[in-house]
Amino acid sequence: MAHAADAAHADHHDHLPGFWRRWFYSTNHKDIGTLYLIFGFTAGIIGGILSIAMRLELQEPGLQFFSNPQAFNVFVTGHGLIMVFFMVMPTLIGGFGNWFIPIMIGAPDMAFPRMNNISFWLTVSAFGLMLLSLFVEGAPGSLGFGGGWTVYPPLSTVGHPGPALDFGILALHLAGAASILGAINFITTILNMRAPGMTLHKMPLFAWSMLVTAFLLLLSLPVLAGAITMLLTDRNFGTTFFDPAGGGDPVLYQHLFWFFGHPEVYIMILPAFGIVSHIISTFSKKPIFGYLGMAYAMVAIGVVGFVVWAHHMYTVGLSLQTQAYFVFATMVIAVPTGVKIFSWIATMWGGSIRFTAAMQWAVGFVFLFTVGGVTGVVLANAPVDRYMHDTYYVVAHFHYVLSLGAVFVIFAAMYYWFPKITGYVMPEWIGQLHFWIAFIGANVLFFPMHFLGLSGMPRRYADYPDAFAGWNMVSSIGSYIFFAGLFVFIGGVIYAFVRKEKAAGNPWGEGATTLEWTLSSPPPFHQFETLPRIVDTGH
Amino acid sequence: MADIPHIQRKMHRTAFACLGVAVGMVGLAYASVPLYDLFCKVTGFDGTPVVRSSNASEIMDRTITVRFDSNVAPGLSWSFSPETPQVSVKLGETTTVTYKVTNTGDKPATGIATYNVQPDLAGTYFSKLECFCFTEQTLQPGETLESAVVFYVDPRLAQDPDVKDLSSITLSYTYFPSKAGKPVAEATSSTKTIAQ
Repeated sequence: MAHAADAAHADHHDHLPGFWRRWFYSTNHKDIGTLYLIFGFTAGIIGGILSIAMRLELQEPGLQFFSNPQAFNVFVTGHGLIMVFFMVMPTLIGGFGNWFIPIMIGAPDMAFPRMNNISFWLTVSAFGLMLLSLFVEGAPGSLGFGGGWTVYPPLSTVGHPGPALDFGILALHLAGAASILGAINFITTILNMRAPGMTLHKMPLFAWSMLVTAFLLLLSLPVLAGAITMLLTDRNFGTTFFDPAGGGDPVLYQHLFWFFGHPEVYIMILPAFGIVSHIISTFSKKPIFGYLGMAYAMVAIGVVGFVVWAHHMYTVGLSLQTQAYFVFATMVIAVPTGVKIFSWIATMWGGSIRFTAAMQWAVGFVFLFTVGGVTGVVLANAPVDRYMHDTYYVVAHFHYVLSLGAVFVIFAAMYYWFPKITGYVMPEWIGQLHFWIAFIGANVLFFPMHFLGLSGMPRRYADYPDAFAGWNMVSSIGSYIFFAGLFVFIGGVIYAFVRKEKAAGNPWGEGATTLEWTLSSPPPFHQFETLPRIVDTGH
Repeated sequence: MADIPHIQRKMHRTAFACLGVAVGMVGLAYASVPLYDLFCKVTGFDGTPVVRSSNASEIMDRTITVRFDSNVAPGLSWSFSPETPQVSVKLGETTTVTYKVTNTGDKPATGIATYNVQPDLAGTYFSKLECFCFTEQTLQPGETLESAVVFYVDPRLAQDPDVKDLSSITLSYTYFPSKAGKPVAEATSSTKTIAQ
């Protein structure tokens, strides 16, 4: 992917702009998608290196690499923010969304191509600001902001007088603006530019997932923008939104943050749900089981996702009734999620399954996401959460759904769409080898964290008592295994570009029914000069 | 596509509607500040004591201990204490307690007091008739000020399943250096020593 720049093989009679115009002034949805994929992968490597540094430190008790434990906290914060805002979101939404939403709905491009370009470069600028924030003073005497990705006051106001967090807040503003513009673009595209005959109920599930995701972005990101703007003015202009000295309340920040933060986790996983549905259907050679149920399950997850935010805040002193409500509402989400899991299994049931690399990653996702979902139901219980709050059990839970969920789908999608994006075939064994390394590595990495959390190890500390030593060592070894898998992926991409084995328009055969497989690989620079007409595809 | 202008218009309509939603959500985030504040004041949520104008409730034959806590935020060299650490009151009984605050520093300073009730859920029932809060106070070096808190504990506390067995409530006051005055920089330097 890092070498996708020479994907510019001008094999069509399209008039291709020059390198600078094509990649820097780009308005083509496929080129912007490619840029997003490269950007997301780069950011992921940086975020990954931060996490490897954390695992090196935590491998043994005591301080080995971080002489200043605050620097460790800065790494934790940087890892979280980079992975959420600059790896998962740009890759799944900006990358695969831009690449395949217009093609799947039979549109020539996104609704507002220039806005698409602005979104991408705003994201890059935001990432620049985020990296800068690591190198300016935050807490007195140390660099960067170390208060966690949730940026709770008062640690983020009086605890970090230096400008690091101001850079961070502005980075989130830019990234948020980029995502809101992107969401408007997706909504407009999907609602107005579907090919003739493609009703909403005939639309591929990935398009459905992006539509729901875009609405979640549109409704939740502005709230984050508001909350961090209040934080910015609290820090710099003497307002007291979250400062009790002036009648403010720090808990209000937590409400605002999680009103954004909870939908945000669905923003990261819903596109993955969409992609997995296509992969499983393709390689089971069956249409997806319960198409409408799958689509409306995502809508339901999106809607209910907005009314469960305080399950992140059981320990702030909510009344018993409030906690009971949030426990119940949170558990309700397990229902549409269960509909999706069982529909994926039912799609595979009786299908002629081919365990290609993409399919292995997708099935791995279904398994691991279910593990993360089950621990999520455990944590949804307010009394259990009292005990687990801010322990490694929570870390294990959200890495099972995000690191093993969203990231596994990113790779599944990479191996699924690689021939379509680049026009080259990557040998299946590369993706399969990568899968097994990653699957073993990720489980060795995150499963022991359940044990650490249950025995009470708190998150976000550079050091721990000797009692936690064993499983931390195992966990660190897992992280090195997982990271090593990335080299297989990078090697595979380089190998495919060197080997130059041309991919057919539809390399996956009759199971691949969505519109992108009706085009050549890679698709022409401008597709669908005459719009496809959708007859009953019978999803 | 014959009707391209039509599609264009539709797309712009969708985009502007979306933009409106985004702007509206930012507005809602800001509107949540006064709404949340109002909500806390009305319901006593999060330990916000309820301010009432008069005590219309009957006195119940059940006593509860009210503890008084006083704090001074870093950056203000004041001493601040209640006349008594705790009182035993009947539910519904109106009680007056005075706090004494003295500027022990060598400079005049301005402070502002805020309060909170623990446990949070008792906030609804801790009713204040008169209090000193959110008003700036400037004290000359050595000056002492006495302020009264007049309160009663609402007898409806005995009917709330969450807090009916409560044996004590803590009223906590904190004096912060006033933001409008200078000492904010001082406050920063004092957090410095803590953070390192």
